[in-house]
Amino acid sequence: MKMLKQLGLPAAIAAFTASAAAAQEAPGLDDKINQAFADLTGPFVSFIFAPFPGTGFPWIVGWLVIAATVFTLYFAFVQLRFFSHAISLVKGDYSDPNDAGEVSHFQALATALSGTVGLGNIAGVAVAVGIGGPGATFWMIVAGLLGMASKFTECTLGVKYRNEYDDGTVSGGPMYYMSKGFDELGLPGGKILAILFSIFCILGALGGGNMFQANQAHQQIAGITGDYPGWITGLVFAVIVFMVIVGGLKSIARVTEKVVPFMGVMYVAAALVIIIMHADQIGWAFGQIFAGAFTGLGVAGGMVGALIQGFRRAAFSNEAGVGSAAIAHSAVRTKEPITEGFVSLLEPFIDTVVICTMTALVIIITQQLIVDPDTGKYMLNEAGNAIATVDGNSGVSLTSAAFGSAFSWFPYVLAIAVVLFAFSTMISWSYYGLKAWTYLFGEGHTKELVFKVIFCIFVVIGAAANLGPVIDFSDAAIFAMAVVNVFALYFLMKVVRQELASYASRLKSGEIRKFGH
Amino acid sequence: MTTKIVIGLDGTETGERAIAFAKDLAKRIGTCDLLVAYVIEWSPYTFQTPEENALRHKRREEEIDLATTRIVTPAVDALKTAGFEAHGIVRHGDVAETLNAITVEQGGSQIVVGRASADGFKKRLFGSSTQNLVMHADVPVTVVN
Repeated sequence: MKMLKQLGLPAAIAAFTASAAAAQEAPGLDDKINQAFADLTGPFVSFIFAPFPGTGFPWIVGWLVIAATVFTLYFAFVQLRFFSHAISLVKGDYSDPNDAGEVSHFQALATALSGTVGLGNIAGVAVAVGIGGPGATFWMIVAGLLGMASKFTECTLGVKYRNEYDDGTVSGGPMYYMSKGFDELGLPGGKILAILFSIFCILGALGGGNMFQANQAHQQIAGITGDYPGWITGLVFAVIVFMVIVGGLKSIARVTEKVVPFMGVMYVAAALVIIIMHADQIGWAFGQIFAGAFTGLGVAGGMVGALIQGFRRAAFSNEAGVGSAAIAHSAVRTKEPITEGFVSLLEPFIDTVVICTMTALVIIITQQLIVDPDTGKYMLNEAGNAIATVDGNSGVSLTSAAFGSAFSWFPYVLAIAVVLFAFSTMISWSYYGLKAWTYLFGEGHTKELVFKVIFCIFVVIGAAANLGPVIDFSDAAIFAMAVVNVFALYFLMKVVRQELASYASRLKSGEIRKFGH
Repeated sequence: MTTKIVIGLDGTETGERAIAFAKDLAKRIGTCDLLVAYVIEWSPYTFQTPEENALRHKRREEEIDLATTRIVTPAVDALKTAGFEAHGIVRHGDVAETLNAITVEQGGSQIVVGRASADGFKKRLFGSSTQNLVMHADVPVTVVN
């Protein structure tokens, strides 16, 4: 989820405010549309992102973290007990050679990761650390570890209840486990939840998974080349996306799918090199993370401020509980749906615990955050709402500056990475949206083509317009997916527990064993 | 006791030469079972889009069907017509590793392959499938020029 992570809600609200201000000066057609849209969707957006009374903590983040905690306890810390087994599965130790040629566990994991790793890991973390201080990293890791149990639950169900068609293709995801799973348990309302989820998924795919990505990609390109109309970027992106998802030009997608993991590895490698270059400060940096987690070290909001930022960014980054990963993972043809659950629990670990922590450590260790030499605490910026940084950077520019302090050329690589991450997210979300669309309207070439064309049109709109309210609404739609999804997971988690018990006993008895290679 | 010879085909004319050699060998040995194997190059560690993943099973079936009808079945039929005991197998995977795995699994005593032509850079970096097979096979390998 790379949308809110970059700008954060405050920035989105600021964009909205700016557009509203512009509307007062010269109310053009765009502004009128924006205003009308904001009026229409405002209550929904406000509801989804509303804080708990008396705090700045959005209830939706609490909803996701509580769910992750419940799943962690219900499955008795499955993320720790089966972590090494998950790695064995990804390595193919348990893969039957006769199934070679099917989607492997590694491929399913890589595909799902390319939909989540991106802007959130680069910019979202910078926002978290910039506002919540180093301590936010600690809470981000905690939330990432807990989120592993949510992914495990939803991805197991995604595979178990997917549809397999006569022609060999598959469709899966929350809408299928909601309708089929609820029916199986004799529970009412599964179909309604599935329809609701599908509607939110389509809106989220068109907004956060598309328009926001196009918008951010344009910002990055314009940042290097100088400002130019956004519709040009939008049109180029739309043509490329069209060629991939409609024209079936797989070569572009393949190149992206290869380059994106390479960029991810390069990012982590660069972070490691920087951390090693400052090896003498690693102890100090972790000291800051732990001290900041419980004392706040002078950041706005103290310990609670660090906790809110850490939890929030982790939830926004790894999408655990949103349900999107369940769609991506359901393509694996395995006899044991739970194996896909085990594999998927590595996602929040890689996304949040490893990559997000790397970003945070680089920002802390390169001393981008300014410490008051007299008190040893962090200094706040002029507005008093974030920690003062070198050159006043925040968001992606803070991460860029941190990496740039070690490698002057890295900001250019980062900009390319951001554009590629945006593109791979669009491809992933075009698929998530399509699956929700076909769930509502049925499978069929023409029906699918309609969605794909709509998706491409929204690429241009996203890059061209200042759509603060639309983006707010799209983000709200994605988190609304989590409301519906987590609600369904509470009812269906006992199915997963049965699967887990059966699998664990067969693994212990040796019935499930490694294949010789 | 029946000797089993595995013939690795790659869909090119070098495969024809491998078959001719295996036939000659089988005649000399006497009681001989010929196993025609075709390995579809595939790695579980490539990166794919979600849509490619969803279509993967369908594609796999199509690939196996194509390899069976175009390459393996005609070769097996021709061998049977010529009076040999012959079977066919199609599998996905790394060509060298999978050909060796099939041979070990089926109790083959040797592998006959044609000299494959890999493209320049890949060949220099990783070696051709034939080279890898010769280096790592558990049974004797005959490479037919």
